[in-house]
Amino acid sequence: MMNHDQARYGDDDRYESLLSEKDTTTVEVDGKSPLPDDLTRDSLELPGLSEPELSRHYTRLSQMNWSVETGPYPLGSCTMKYNPSFTEDVAADPNGSVHPDRSEESVQGTLELLYGLQDYLARIGGMDAVTLQPPAGAAGEFTGIMIAKACHEARGDPRSEVIVPASAHGTNFASAAMAGYDVVELPSGEDGRVDLDALEAAVSEETAALMLTNPNTVGLFERDIAEIADIVHDAGGLLYYDGANLNALLGRARPGDMGFDVMHYNVHKTFATPHGGGGPGAGPVGVTEELAEFLPRPHVRERDGRYELYDPERSIGKVHGYQGNWLVLVKAYAYIARLGDSGLKDTSAKAVLNANYLAERIDYDIPYSPFHHEFAATAGERDAADVAKGMLDYGVHPPTTKWPEFVPEAMLTEPTEAESKASLDDLANAFDAAMADSEEELEAAPSKTTARRIDQADAARNPQLSWRALGEEE
Amino acid sequence: MFEVPTDRKYQESHEYATTDGETATVGITDFAQDELGDVVFVELPAVGDEISQGEEFGVVESIKAVSDLYAPVSGTVTAVNEDLFDRPELVNEEPYGDGWMLEVEVGDDAEFDELLSADDYREQTE
Repeated sequence: MMNHDQARYGDDDRYESLLSEKDTTTVEVDGKSPLPDDLTRDSLELPGLSEPELSRHYTRLSQMNWSVETGPYPLGSCTMKYNPSFTEDVAADPNGSVHPDRSEESVQGTLELLYGLQDYLARIGGMDAVTLQPPAGAAGEFTGIMIAKACHEARGDPRSEVIVPASAHGTNFASAAMAGYDVVELPSGEDGRVDLDALEAAVSEETAALMLTNPNTVGLFERDIAEIADIVHDAGGLLYYDGANLNALLGRARPGDMGFDVMHYNVHKTFATPHGGGGPGAGPVGVTEELAEFLPRPHVRERDGRYELYDPERSIGKVHGYQGNWLVLVKAYAYIARLGDSGLKDTSAKAVLNANYLAERIDYDIPYSPFHHEFAATAGERDAADVAKGMLDYGVHPPTTKWPEFVPEAMLTEPTEAESKASLDDLANAFDAAMADSEEELEAAPSKTTARRIDQADAARNPQLSWRALGEEE
Repeated sequence: MFEVPTDRKYQESHEYATTDGETATVGITDFAQDELGDVVFVELPAVGDEISQGEEFGVVESIKAVSDLYAPVSGTVTAVNEDLFDRPELVNEEPYGDGWMLEVEVGDDAEFDELLSADDYREQTE
Protein backbone atom coordinates (compact mmCIF):
# COMPACT_ATOMS: atom_id res chain seq x y z
CA MET A 1 0.00 0.00 0.00
CA MET A 2 1.22 3.45 -0.82
CA ASN A 3 1.96 5.47 2.24
CA HIS A 4 2.47 9.12 1.66
CA ASP A 5 2.68 12.41 3.43
CA GLN A 6 2.04 15.34 1.19
CA ALA A 7 4.36 18.32 1.46
CA ARG A 8 3.53 21.26 3.78
CA TYR A 9 5.64 24.40 3.92
CA GLY A 10 3.69 26.61 6.30
CA ASP A 11 1.33 26.74 9.24
CA ASP A 12 -1.90 24.82 9.50
CA ASP A 13 -3.97 27.10 7.34
CA ARG A 14 -1.29 28.45 5.03
CA TYR A 15 0.72 26.03 2.99
CA GLU A 16 3.18 28.24 1.11
CA SER A 17 3.32 31.98 1.30
CA LEU A 18 2.08 34.04 -1.59
CA LEU A 19 4.57 35.67 -3.91
CA SER A 20 3.33 39.05 -2.69
CA GLU A 21 4.26 38.11 0.88
CA LYS A 22 7.83 37.26 -0.01
CA ASP A 23 10.62 39.83 -0.39
CA THR A 24 9.56 42.58 -2.72
CA THR A 25 11.52 45.10 -4.73
CA THR A 26 10.29 48.53 -5.73
CA VAL A 27 10.78 49.03 -9.42
CA GLU A 28 10.90 52.68 -10.53
CA VAL A 29 9.57 53.47 -13.95
CA ASP A 30 11.13 56.32 -15.86
CA GLY A 31 10.03 57.81 -19.10
CA LYS A 32 6.71 59.24 -20.13
CA SER A 33 3.76 57.02 -20.87
CA PRO A 34 1.27 58.06 -23.54
CA LEU A 35 -1.54 56.94 -21.20
CA PRO A 36 -3.44 59.44 -18.98
CA ASP A 37 -1.80 60.08 -15.57
CA ASP A 38 -4.60 58.47 -13.59
CA LEU A 39 -3.97 55.18 -15.37
CA THR A 40 -0.22 55.07 -14.82
CA ARG A 41 2.16 54.52 -11.87
CA ASP A 42 5.73 55.62 -11.33
CA SER A 43 6.76 52.65 -9.24
CA LEU A 44 5.62 49.10 -8.70
CA GLU A 45 6.15 46.58 -5.90
CA LEU A 46 7.25 43.31 -7.45
CA PRO A 47 8.42 40.08 -5.81
CA GLY A 48 12.20 40.39 -5.52
CA LEU A 49 13.07 36.75 -5.81
CA SER A 50 16.06 34.98 -7.28
CA GLU A 51 15.48 32.27 -9.85
CA PRO A 52 15.99 29.40 -7.36
CA GLU A 53 13.55 31.02 -4.96
CA LEU A 54 10.97 31.34 -7.70
CA SER A 55 11.63 27.81 -8.89
CA ARG A 56 11.15 26.49 -5.33
CA HIS A 57 7.90 28.40 -4.97
CA TYR A 58 6.32 26.76 -7.98
CA THR A 59 7.81 23.35 -7.27
CA ARG A 60 6.32 23.50 -3.78
CA LEU A 61 2.94 24.43 -5.16
CA SER A 62 3.11 21.47 -7.51
CA GLN A 63 4.02 19.14 -4.61
CA MET A 64 0.96 20.27 -2.69
CA ASN A 65 -1.26 19.50 -5.63
CA TRP A 66 -2.69 16.12 -6.55
CA SER A 67 -2.65 15.11 -10.18
CA VAL A 68 -2.70 12.06 -12.38
CA GLU A 69 1.08 12.44 -12.48
CA THR A 70 1.13 11.82 -8.71
CA GLY A 71 -1.05 8.73 -8.61
CA PRO A 72 -4.32 7.12 -9.71
CA TYR A 73 -7.19 9.58 -10.15
CA PRO A 74 -10.34 7.48 -10.63
CA LEU A 75 -12.97 10.24 -10.67
CA GLY A 76 -15.97 8.56 -12.26
CA SER A 77 -17.46 10.24 -15.32
CA CYS A 78 -14.41 12.53 -15.59
CA THR A 79 -12.02 10.16 -17.44
CA MET A 80 -8.88 11.52 -15.80
CA LYS A 81 -6.57 9.69 -18.15
CA TYR A 82 -2.88 10.48 -18.34
CA ASN A 83 -2.07 13.14 -20.96
CA PRO A 84 0.99 11.87 -22.85
CA SER A 85 3.69 14.53 -22.90
CA PHE A 86 4.49 14.14 -26.61
CA THR A 87 1.24 15.97 -27.34
CA GLU A 88 2.62 18.97 -25.44
CA ASP A 89 5.77 18.84 -27.59
CA VAL A 90 3.67 18.81 -30.73
CA ALA A 91 1.58 21.74 -29.52
CA ALA A 92 4.75 23.67 -28.62
CA ASP A 93 6.14 23.40 -32.15
CA PRO A 94 6.66 26.97 -33.38
CA ASN A 95 5.22 25.99 -36.76
CA GLY A 96 1.85 25.76 -35.06
CA SER A 97 1.97 29.37 -33.87
CA VAL A 98 0.23 31.04 -36.75
CA HIS A 99 -2.20 33.91 -36.52
CA PRO A 100 -5.74 32.84 -37.42
CA ASP A 101 -6.18 35.95 -39.59
CA ARG A 102 -3.49 34.86 -42.03
CA SER A 103 -4.53 34.08 -45.57
CA GLU A 104 -5.83 30.59 -46.24
CA GLU A 105 -3.05 30.04 -48.77
CA SER A 106 -0.38 30.57 -46.11
CA VAL A 107 -1.92 28.27 -43.46
CA GLN A 108 -2.76 25.19 -45.51
CA GLY A 109 -1.04 22.97 -42.93
CA THR A 110 -3.16 24.36 -40.10
CA LEU A 111 -6.35 23.91 -42.08
CA GLU A 112 -5.31 20.41 -43.12
CA LEU A 113 -4.89 19.44 -39.47
CA LEU A 114 -8.29 20.89 -38.54
CA TYR A 115 -9.88 19.11 -41.49
CA GLY A 116 -8.12 15.90 -40.49
CA LEU A 117 -9.42 16.16 -36.92
CA GLN A 118 -12.97 16.86 -38.17
CA ASP A 119 -12.63 13.68 -40.24
CA TYR A 120 -11.15 11.57 -37.39
CA LEU A 121 -13.90 12.60 -34.99
CA ALA A 122 -16.63 12.08 -37.59
CA ARG A 123 -15.38 8.55 -38.21
CA ILE A 124 -15.02 7.77 -34.49
CA GLY A 125 -18.55 9.02 -33.74
CA GLY A 126 -20.25 7.80 -36.90
CA MET A 127 -21.21 11.39 -37.72
CA ASP A 128 -21.23 13.13 -41.10
CA ALA A 129 -19.78 16.51 -40.12
CA VAL A 130 -17.93 17.91 -37.10
CA THR A 131 -17.29 21.44 -35.86
CA LEU A 132 -14.21 22.01 -33.71
CA GLN A 133 -15.22 25.47 -32.54
CA PRO A 134 -16.95 24.97 -29.14
CA PRO A 135 -14.41 25.71 -26.37
CA ALA A 136 -15.54 23.08 -23.81
CA GLY A 137 -17.78 20.04 -23.37
CA ALA A 138 -20.63 22.10 -21.95
CA ALA A 139 -20.22 24.64 -24.77
CA GLY A 140 -20.45 21.67 -27.14
CA GLU A 141 -23.73 20.60 -25.54
CA PHE A 142 -25.11 24.11 -25.91
CA THR A 143 -23.96 24.25 -29.54
CA GLY A 144 -25.49 20.85 -30.27
CA ILE A 145 -28.84 21.78 -28.75
CA MET A 146 -28.83 25.12 -30.61
CA ILE A 147 -28.25 23.18 -33.84
CA ALA A 148 -31.22 20.93 -32.99
CA LYS A 149 -33.30 24.02 -32.28
CA ALA A 150 -32.29 25.63 -35.58
CA CYS A 151 -33.26 22.42 -37.38
CA HIS A 152 -36.74 22.30 -35.79
CA GLU A 153 -37.30 25.98 -36.54
CA ALA A 154 -36.19 25.52 -40.16
CA ARG A 155 -38.73 22.70 -40.48
CA GLY A 156 -41.40 25.13 -39.28
CA ASP A 157 -41.90 22.92 -36.24
CA PRO A 158 -40.43 24.76 -33.24
CA ARG A 159 -40.60 22.68 -30.06
CA SER A 160 -40.42 23.50 -26.37
CA GLU A 161 -39.03 20.51 -24.44
CA VAL A 162 -35.80 18.59 -24.03
CA ILE A 163 -35.91 15.25 -22.19
CA VAL A 164 -32.99 14.46 -19.87
CA PRO A 165 -32.63 11.28 -17.76
CA ALA A 166 -32.47 11.90 -14.01
CA SER A 167 -29.02 10.28 -13.97
CA ALA A 168 -27.61 12.67 -16.61
CA HIS A 169 -24.76 15.09 -16.06
CA GLY A 170 -25.92 18.40 -14.62
CA THR A 171 -24.67 20.19 -17.71
CA ASN A 172 -27.39 18.51 -19.83
CA PHE A 173 -30.13 20.19 -17.83
CA ALA A 174 -28.27 23.49 -17.95
CA SER A 175 -27.55 23.36 -21.70
CA ALA A 176 -31.18 22.63 -22.54
CA ALA A 177 -32.37 25.44 -20.28
CA MET A 178 -29.79 27.88 -21.69
CA ALA A 179 -31.07 27.08 -25.18
CA GLY A 180 -34.54 28.14 -24.03
CA TYR A 181 -36.12 24.71 -23.56
CA ASP A 182 -38.21 23.34 -20.71
CA VAL A 183 -36.43 20.35 -19.24
CA VAL A 184 -38.42 17.13 -18.77
CA GLU A 185 -36.69 14.80 -16.33
CA LEU A 186 -36.89 11.09 -17.12
CA PRO A 187 -36.72 8.80 -14.05
CA SER A 188 -34.23 5.91 -14.22
CA GLY A 189 -35.66 2.43 -14.68
CA GLU A 190 -35.11 -0.19 -11.97
CA ASP A 191 -32.19 -1.69 -13.85
CA GLY A 192 -30.49 1.74 -13.97
CA ARG A 193 -31.25 2.22 -17.66
CA VAL A 194 -33.83 4.25 -19.59
CA ASP A 195 -37.34 2.92 -18.92
CA LEU A 196 -38.99 2.63 -22.34
CA ASP A 197 -42.53 3.07 -20.93
CA ALA A 198 -41.46 6.23 -19.11
CA LEU A 199 -39.86 7.49 -22.31
CA GLU A 200 -43.03 6.75 -24.32
CA ALA A 201 -44.97 8.75 -21.76
CA ALA A 202 -42.52 11.66 -21.84
CA VAL A 203 -42.22 12.22 -25.61
CA SER A 204 -44.70 14.41 -27.43
CA GLU A 205 -44.88 16.79 -30.35
CA GLU A 206 -43.10 19.28 -28.06
CA THR A 207 -40.03 17.04 -27.75
CA ALA A 208 -37.07 18.74 -29.40
CA ALA A 209 -34.50 16.19 -28.24
CA LEU A 210 -33.56 13.47 -25.80
CA MET A 211 -30.07 13.90 -24.33
CA LEU A 212 -28.40 10.63 -23.46
CA THR A 213 -24.99 9.27 -22.66
CA ASN A 214 -24.13 5.68 -23.50
CA PRO A 215 -22.80 3.83 -21.57
CA ASN A 216 -24.76 5.77 -18.99
CA THR A 217 -23.53 7.36 -15.77
CA VAL A 218 -23.21 4.03 -13.92
CA GLY A 219 -21.37 2.46 -16.85
CA LEU A 220 -24.36 0.47 -18.19
CA PHE A 221 -24.85 0.17 -21.92
CA GLU A 222 -28.33 1.31 -22.98
CA ARG A 223 -29.10 -1.90 -24.83
CA ASP A 224 -32.52 -0.63 -25.92
CA ILE A 225 -30.85 2.22 -27.78
CA ALA A 226 -32.43 1.25 -31.14
CA GLU A 227 -35.94 1.37 -29.58
CA ILE A 228 -35.08 4.59 -27.76
CA ALA A 229 -34.01 6.16 -31.08
CA ASP A 230 -37.23 5.02 -32.73
CA ILE A 231 -39.42 6.43 -29.97
CA VAL A 232 -37.70 9.83 -30.13
CA HIS A 233 -37.58 9.96 -33.93
CA ASP A 234 -41.21 8.84 -34.31
CA ALA A 235 -42.20 11.80 -32.14
CA GLY A 236 -40.21 14.09 -34.43
CA GLY A 237 -37.44 14.69 -31.89
CA LEU A 238 -33.68 14.41 -32.27
CA LEU A 239 -31.35 12.17 -30.30
CA TYR A 240 -28.41 13.90 -28.63
CA TYR A 241 -25.32 11.98 -27.51
CA ASP A 242 -23.33 13.29 -24.55
CA GLY A 243 -19.79 12.16 -25.34
CA ALA A 244 -18.74 11.99 -21.68
CA ASN A 245 -18.46 8.21 -21.77
CA LEU A 246 -17.15 7.75 -25.29
CA ASN A 247 -13.94 6.26 -23.86
CA ALA A 248 -15.84 3.00 -23.33
CA LEU A 249 -16.78 2.69 -27.00
CA LEU A 250 -13.71 3.90 -28.91
CA GLY A 251 -13.20 1.88 -32.06
CA ARG A 252 -16.00 -0.55 -31.14
CA ALA A 253 -19.35 1.19 -31.39
CA ARG A 254 -20.44 4.54 -32.79
CA PRO A 255 -23.22 6.86 -31.61
CA GLY A 256 -24.13 7.59 -35.24
CA ASP A 257 -24.83 3.88 -35.82
CA MET A 258 -27.08 3.82 -32.75
CA GLY A 259 -29.32 6.51 -34.20
CA PHE A 260 -27.89 9.62 -32.56
CA ASP A 261 -28.26 12.80 -34.64
CA VAL A 262 -26.00 15.19 -32.69
CA MET A 263 -23.14 14.58 -30.29
CA HIS A 264 -20.33 16.35 -28.54
CA TYR A 265 -16.86 15.01 -27.86
CA ASN A 266 -15.02 15.76 -24.63
CA VAL A 267 -11.49 15.88 -25.97
CA HIS A 268 -10.17 16.37 -22.41
CA LYS A 269 -11.71 13.03 -21.46
CA THR A 270 -11.51 10.78 -24.47
CA PHE A 271 -8.56 12.28 -26.32
CA ALA A 272 -6.19 13.16 -23.47
CA THR A 273 -6.05 16.93 -23.67
CA PRO A 274 -5.64 18.70 -20.31
CA HIS A 275 -8.65 18.91 -18.01
CA GLY A 276 -10.14 22.21 -16.98
CA GLY A 277 -8.32 24.75 -14.95
CA GLY A 278 -10.67 27.20 -16.61
CA GLY A 279 -9.55 26.33 -20.08
CA PRO A 280 -8.72 26.57 -22.84
CA GLY A 281 -10.60 23.45 -23.81
CA ALA A 282 -12.50 22.04 -26.73
CA GLY A 283 -15.85 20.31 -27.13
CA PRO A 284 -16.30 19.48 -30.82
CA VAL A 285 -19.81 18.67 -32.05
CA GLY A 286 -20.71 16.06 -34.64
CA VAL A 287 -23.95 15.96 -36.60
CA THR A 288 -25.70 13.94 -39.30
CA GLU A 289 -25.73 15.19 -42.86
CA GLU A 290 -29.21 16.63 -42.37
CA LEU A 291 -27.92 18.98 -39.64
CA ALA A 292 -24.60 19.95 -41.24
CA GLU A 293 -25.94 23.18 -42.75
CA PHE A 294 -26.54 24.55 -39.23
CA LEU A 295 -22.96 24.10 -37.93
CA PRO A 296 -21.13 27.13 -36.49
CA ARG A 297 -19.15 29.22 -38.95
CA PRO A 298 -16.53 29.04 -40.29
CA HIS A 299 -16.07 25.37 -41.08
CA VAL A 300 -13.13 23.77 -42.89
CA ARG A 301 -13.55 21.88 -46.16
CA GLU A 302 -11.30 20.48 -48.84
CA ARG A 303 -11.61 21.30 -52.53
CA ASP A 304 -9.27 19.94 -55.18
CA GLY A 305 -6.54 19.32 -52.64
CA ARG A 306 -6.77 22.81 -51.07
CA TYR A 307 -8.29 23.51 -47.67
CA GLU A 308 -10.63 26.46 -47.17
CA LEU A 309 -12.95 28.05 -44.66
CA TYR A 310 -16.61 28.54 -45.52
CA ASP A 311 -19.84 29.45 -43.76
CA PRO A 312 -22.42 26.64 -43.61
CA GLU A 313 -25.63 27.77 -45.31
CA ARG A 314 -27.90 28.15 -42.28
CA SER A 315 -25.19 28.39 -39.64
CA ILE A 316 -26.24 29.09 -36.05
CA GLY A 317 -23.35 31.59 -36.04
CA LYS A 318 -20.15 31.62 -34.03
CA VAL A 319 -19.71 29.99 -30.65
CA HIS A 320 -16.04 30.98 -30.20
CA GLY A 321 -13.39 33.10 -31.84
CA TYR A 322 -11.91 31.83 -35.09
CA GLN A 323 -11.73 28.02 -35.32
CA GLY A 324 -11.80 27.26 -31.60
CA ASN A 325 -8.91 26.53 -29.26
CA TRP A 326 -6.39 25.50 -31.87
CA LEU A 327 -3.58 24.12 -29.69
CA VAL A 328 -5.97 21.92 -27.71
CA LEU A 329 -7.19 20.55 -31.01
CA VAL A 330 -3.58 19.90 -32.06
CA LYS A 331 -3.10 17.75 -28.94
CA ALA A 332 -6.28 15.76 -29.62
CA TYR A 333 -5.18 15.25 -33.24
CA ALA A 334 -1.73 14.09 -32.16
CA TYR A 335 -3.21 11.64 -29.64
CA ILE A 336 -5.60 10.09 -32.18
CA ALA A 337 -2.95 9.95 -34.90
CA ARG A 338 -0.43 8.26 -32.58
CA LEU A 339 -2.93 5.63 -31.42
CA GLY A 340 -4.46 4.85 -34.80
CA ASP A 341 -7.37 2.47 -35.29
CA SER A 342 -5.86 -0.37 -33.29
CA GLY A 343 -4.72 1.93 -30.47
CA LEU A 344 -8.16 3.46 -30.07
CA LYS A 345 -9.69 0.00 -29.92
CA ASP A 346 -7.11 -1.04 -27.35
CA THR A 347 -7.93 2.07 -25.28
CA SER A 348 -11.60 1.15 -24.83
CA ALA A 349 -10.71 -2.49 -24.16
CA LYS A 350 -8.29 -1.54 -21.37
CA ALA A 351 -10.60 1.11 -19.94
CA VAL A 352 -13.35 -1.50 -19.56
CA LEU A 353 -10.97 -4.22 -18.37
CA ASN A 354 -9.42 -1.94 -15.74
CA ALA A 355 -12.80 -0.92 -14.33
CA ASN A 356 -13.92 -4.54 -14.14
CA TYR A 357 -10.64 -5.74 -12.59
CA LEU A 358 -10.77 -3.03 -9.94
CA ALA A 359 -14.42 -3.79 -9.18
CA GLU A 360 -13.54 -7.45 -8.64
CA ARG A 361 -10.65 -6.55 -6.34
CA ILE A 362 -12.57 -4.29 -3.95
CA ASP A 363 -14.88 -5.38 -1.18
CA TYR A 364 -17.84 -3.14 -2.04
CA ASP A 365 -21.35 -3.71 -3.31
CA ILE A 366 -21.89 -2.55 -6.88
CA PRO A 367 -25.65 -2.42 -7.43
CA TYR A 368 -25.69 -1.99 -11.23
CA SER A 369 -23.91 -4.25 -13.74
CA PRO A 370 -22.63 -5.29 -16.23
CA PHE A 371 -20.76 -2.02 -16.39
CA HIS A 372 -18.16 -0.88 -18.85
CA HIS A 373 -15.50 1.79 -18.24
CA GLU A 374 -16.83 2.89 -14.82
CA PHE A 375 -18.90 1.53 -11.96
CA ALA A 376 -20.89 2.93 -9.07
CA ALA A 377 -19.86 1.16 -5.86
CA THR A 378 -21.81 1.99 -2.72
CA ALA A 379 -20.32 2.84 0.66
CA GLY A 380 -23.43 1.24 2.20
CA GLU A 381 -23.88 2.38 5.78
CA ARG A 382 -20.80 4.59 5.62
CA ASP A 383 -20.71 8.17 4.39
CA ALA A 384 -19.17 8.04 0.91
CA ALA A 385 -17.52 11.43 1.41
CA ASP A 386 -15.82 10.26 4.62
CA VAL A 387 -14.56 7.09 2.94
CA ALA A 388 -13.22 9.28 0.11
CA LYS A 389 -11.35 11.49 2.61
CA GLY A 390 -9.89 8.35 4.14
CA MET A 391 -8.63 7.17 0.75
CA LEU A 392 -6.58 10.35 0.42
CA ASP A 393 -4.43 9.17 3.33
CA TYR A 394 -3.63 5.96 1.46
CA GLY A 395 -2.04 7.87 -1.39
CA VAL A 396 -4.74 7.81 -4.06
CA HIS A 397 -7.32 10.26 -5.27
CA PRO A 398 -10.83 9.06 -4.36
CA PRO A 399 -13.61 8.44 -6.86
CA THR A 400 -16.56 10.76 -7.49
CA THR A 401 -18.82 10.55 -4.45
CA LYS A 402 -22.59 10.73 -3.87
CA TRP A 403 -23.37 10.82 -7.57
CA PRO A 404 -25.40 9.64 -9.37
CA GLU A 405 -27.96 10.14 -6.66
CA PHE A 406 -30.00 6.99 -7.35
CA VAL A 407 -27.09 4.93 -6.02
CA PRO A 408 -26.98 5.33 -2.22
CA GLU A 409 -23.63 6.71 -0.99
CA ALA A 410 -22.26 6.28 -4.49
CA MET A 411 -18.55 6.03 -5.25
CA LEU A 412 -18.44 6.40 -9.02
CA THR A 413 -15.13 4.95 -10.11
CA GLU A 414 -13.35 5.19 -13.46
CA PRO A 415 -9.71 4.09 -13.36
CA THR A 416 -9.14 4.68 -17.13
CA GLU A 417 -6.95 2.60 -19.42
CA ALA A 418 -3.80 4.34 -18.22
CA GLU A 419 -3.38 2.42 -14.91
CA SER A 420 -1.24 -0.71 -14.68
CA LYS A 421 -2.22 -3.79 -12.67
CA ALA A 422 0.13 -2.71 -9.87
CA SER A 423 -1.47 0.70 -9.68
CA LEU A 424 -4.99 -0.78 -9.76
CA ASP A 425 -3.94 -3.04 -6.87
CA ASP A 426 -2.77 0.02 -4.91
CA LEU A 427 -6.08 1.66 -5.63
CA ALA A 428 -8.05 -1.41 -4.55
CA ASN A 429 -6.08 -1.61 -1.31
CA ALA A 430 -6.83 2.04 -0.60
CA PHE A 431 -10.57 1.42 -1.18
CA ASP A 432 -10.61 -1.48 1.29
CA ALA A 433 -8.29 0.13 3.85
CA ALA A 434 -10.44 3.26 4.03
CA MET A 435 -13.58 1.16 4.42
CA ALA A 436 -11.92 -0.75 7.29
CA ASP A 437 -11.09 2.45 9.19
CA SER A 438 -13.31 3.42 12.11
CA GLU A 439 -15.90 6.13 11.72
CA GLU A 440 -13.84 8.42 13.99
CA GLU A 441 -10.73 7.90 11.86
CA LEU A 442 -12.63 8.67 8.69
CA GLU A 443 -14.21 11.79 10.14
CA ALA A 444 -10.74 13.06 11.07
CA ALA A 445 -9.29 12.22 7.63
CA PRO A 446 -7.37 13.29 5.69
CA SER A 447 -4.40 13.69 8.01
CA LYS A 448 -1.54 13.32 5.55
CA THR A 449 -2.49 15.76 2.83
CA THR A 450 -1.39 19.37 2.53
CA ALA A 451 -4.95 20.61 2.91
CA ARG A 452 -6.86 18.77 5.65
CA ARG A 453 -10.63 18.49 6.03
CA ILE A 454 -12.29 21.38 4.23
CA ASP A 455 -15.26 23.10 5.90
CA GLN A 456 -17.75 22.55 3.07
CA ALA A 457 -20.61 24.35 4.81
CA ASP A 458 -18.52 27.47 5.40
CA ALA A 459 -17.19 27.33 1.83
CA ALA A 460 -20.75 27.27 0.50
CA ARG A 461 -22.08 29.89 2.93
CA ASN A 462 -19.19 32.32 2.53
CA PRO A 463 -17.68 31.73 -0.86
CA GLN A 464 -14.51 33.68 -1.58
CA LEU A 465 -14.57 33.90 -5.31
CA SER A 466 -11.57 36.05 -6.13
CA TRP A 467 -8.08 36.87 -4.87
CA ARG A 468 -9.53 40.08 -3.42
CA ALA A 469 -11.14 37.97 -0.69
CA LEU A 470 -7.64 37.34 0.70
CA GLY A 471 -7.37 41.05 1.45
CA GLU A 472 -10.80 41.22 3.06
CA GLU A 473 -9.85 38.43 5.40
CA GLU A 474 -7.14 40.45 7.13
CA MET B 1 -34.85 12.75 19.92
CA PHE B 2 -35.94 15.76 17.89
CA GLU B 3 -37.85 18.73 19.20
CA VAL B 4 -41.50 18.84 18.15
CA PRO B 5 -43.15 21.75 20.01
CA THR B 6 -46.86 21.30 20.71
CA ASP B 7 -47.73 24.95 20.00
CA ARG B 8 -47.82 24.45 16.24
CA LYS B 9 -48.90 22.04 13.50
CA TYR B 10 -46.94 20.06 10.96
CA GLN B 11 -46.95 18.84 7.41
CA GLU B 12 -45.67 15.43 6.24
CA SER B 13 -43.05 17.19 4.12
CA HIS B 14 -41.54 18.57 7.37
CA GLU B 15 -42.72 22.19 7.40
CA TYR B 16 -44.45 23.66 10.44
CA ALA B 17 -46.97 26.49 10.88
CA THR B 18 -47.89 28.25 14.12
CA THR B 19 -51.60 28.52 14.64
CA ASP B 20 -52.03 31.70 16.70
CA GLY B 21 -54.36 34.32 15.27
CA GLU B 22 -54.43 35.61 11.71
CA THR B 23 -50.76 35.23 11.05
CA ALA B 24 -48.92 31.93 10.73
CA THR B 25 -45.17 31.56 11.06
CA VAL B 26 -43.72 28.97 8.69
CA GLY B 27 -40.44 27.08 8.83
CA ILE B 28 -38.95 23.58 8.70
CA THR B 29 -38.74 21.15 11.60
CA ASP B 30 -35.81 20.13 13.78
CA PHE B 31 -35.98 16.68 12.16
CA ALA B 32 -35.80 18.23 8.69
CA GLN B 33 -32.81 20.42 9.46
CA ASP B 34 -30.97 17.43 10.93
CA GLU B 35 -31.70 15.28 7.88
CA LEU B 36 -30.54 18.04 5.54
CA GLY B 37 -27.31 18.74 7.37
CA ASP B 38 -25.60 22.12 7.18
CA VAL B 39 -27.94 24.49 5.37
CA VAL B 40 -26.03 26.78 3.01
CA PHE B 41 -28.74 28.60 1.06
CA VAL B 42 -32.44 29.41 1.40
CA GLU B 43 -34.64 30.80 -1.39
CA LEU B 44 -37.91 32.36 -0.24
CA PRO B 45 -40.81 34.24 -1.89
CA ALA B 46 -41.19 38.02 -1.60
CA VAL B 47 -43.50 39.90 0.75
CA GLY B 48 -46.90 40.17 -0.94
CA ASP B 49 -46.63 36.84 -2.79
CA GLU B 50 -49.42 34.33 -2.45
CA ILE B 51 -48.62 30.79 -1.35
CA SER B 52 -50.99 27.81 -1.36
CA GLN B 53 -51.11 24.80 0.86
CA GLY B 54 -49.14 21.88 -0.57
CA GLU B 55 -47.50 23.98 -3.28
CA GLU B 56 -43.79 24.83 -3.50
CA PHE B 57 -42.87 28.16 -1.97
CA GLY B 58 -39.09 28.03 -1.86
CA VAL B 59 -35.91 26.00 -1.82
CA VAL B 60 -33.51 24.98 0.92
CA GLU B 61 -30.01 23.85 0.00
CA SER B 62 -27.62 21.99 2.28
CA ILE B 63 -24.21 20.47 1.62
CA LYS B 64 -26.06 17.18 1.07
CA ALA B 65 -29.16 18.08 -0.90
CA VAL B 66 -31.39 20.66 -2.53
CA SER B 67 -35.03 20.37 -1.39
CA ASP B 68 -38.23 22.15 -2.30
CA LEU B 69 -40.25 23.74 0.48
CA TYR B 70 -44.02 23.14 0.53
CA ALA B 71 -46.45 25.59 2.04
CA PRO B 72 -48.30 24.16 5.07
CA VAL B 73 -50.97 26.88 4.75
CA SER B 74 -52.33 29.24 2.09
CA GLY B 75 -52.17 33.02 2.31
CA THR B 76 -50.29 36.22 1.61
CA VAL B 77 -46.66 36.50 2.67
CA THR B 78 -46.38 39.41 5.12
CA ALA B 79 -42.76 38.93 6.23
CA VAL B 80 -39.70 37.01 5.07
CA ASN B 81 -36.79 36.14 7.36
CA GLU B 82 -34.05 38.01 5.51
CA ASP B 83 -31.47 37.02 8.14
CA LEU B 84 -31.43 33.58 6.50
CA PHE B 85 -29.86 35.02 3.34
CA ASP B 86 -26.71 35.93 5.26
CA ARG B 87 -26.95 33.31 7.98
CA PRO B 88 -28.62 30.17 6.60
CA GLU B 89 -27.15 28.28 9.57
CA LEU B 90 -29.98 29.73 11.69
CA VAL B 91 -32.21 27.05 10.13
CA ASN B 92 -29.95 24.44 11.75
CA GLU B 93 -29.45 26.27 15.02
CA GLU B 94 -33.00 27.39 15.81
CA PRO B 95 -35.50 25.93 13.35
CA TYR B 96 -38.45 26.96 15.53
CA GLY B 97 -36.96 30.32 16.57
CA ASP B 98 -34.64 32.61 14.62
CA GLY B 99 -34.58 30.09 11.79
CA TRP B 100 -38.23 30.80 10.83
CA MET B 101 -38.85 31.44 7.14
CA LEU B 102 -42.16 33.25 6.46
CA GLU B 103 -45.04 35.01 8.13
CA VAL B 104 -48.26 34.43 6.26
CA GLU B 105 -51.63 36.13 6.61
CA VAL B 106 -53.92 33.13 6.55
CA GLY B 107 -57.43 33.07 5.16
CA ASP B 108 -58.72 29.60 5.77
CA ASP B 109 -58.70 28.20 9.31
CA ALA B 110 -59.89 24.84 8.01
CA GLU B 111 -56.47 24.28 6.47
CA PHE B 112 -54.95 23.92 9.91
CA ASP B 113 -57.18 20.95 10.58
CA GLU B 114 -55.54 19.10 7.72
CA LEU B 115 -52.08 19.48 9.29
CA LEU B 116 -50.56 16.97 11.71
CA SER B 117 -50.49 17.46 15.46
CA ALA B 118 -47.12 17.38 17.22
CA ASP B 119 -47.79 13.80 18.36
CA ASP B 120 -48.76 12.61 14.88
CA TYR B 121 -45.75 14.30 13.31
CA ARG B 122 -43.40 12.81 15.89
CA GLU B 123 -44.82 9.39 15.10
CA GLN B 124 -44.08 9.95 11.42
CA THR B 125 -40.44 10.72 12.11
CA GLU B 126 -39.86 7.72 14.33
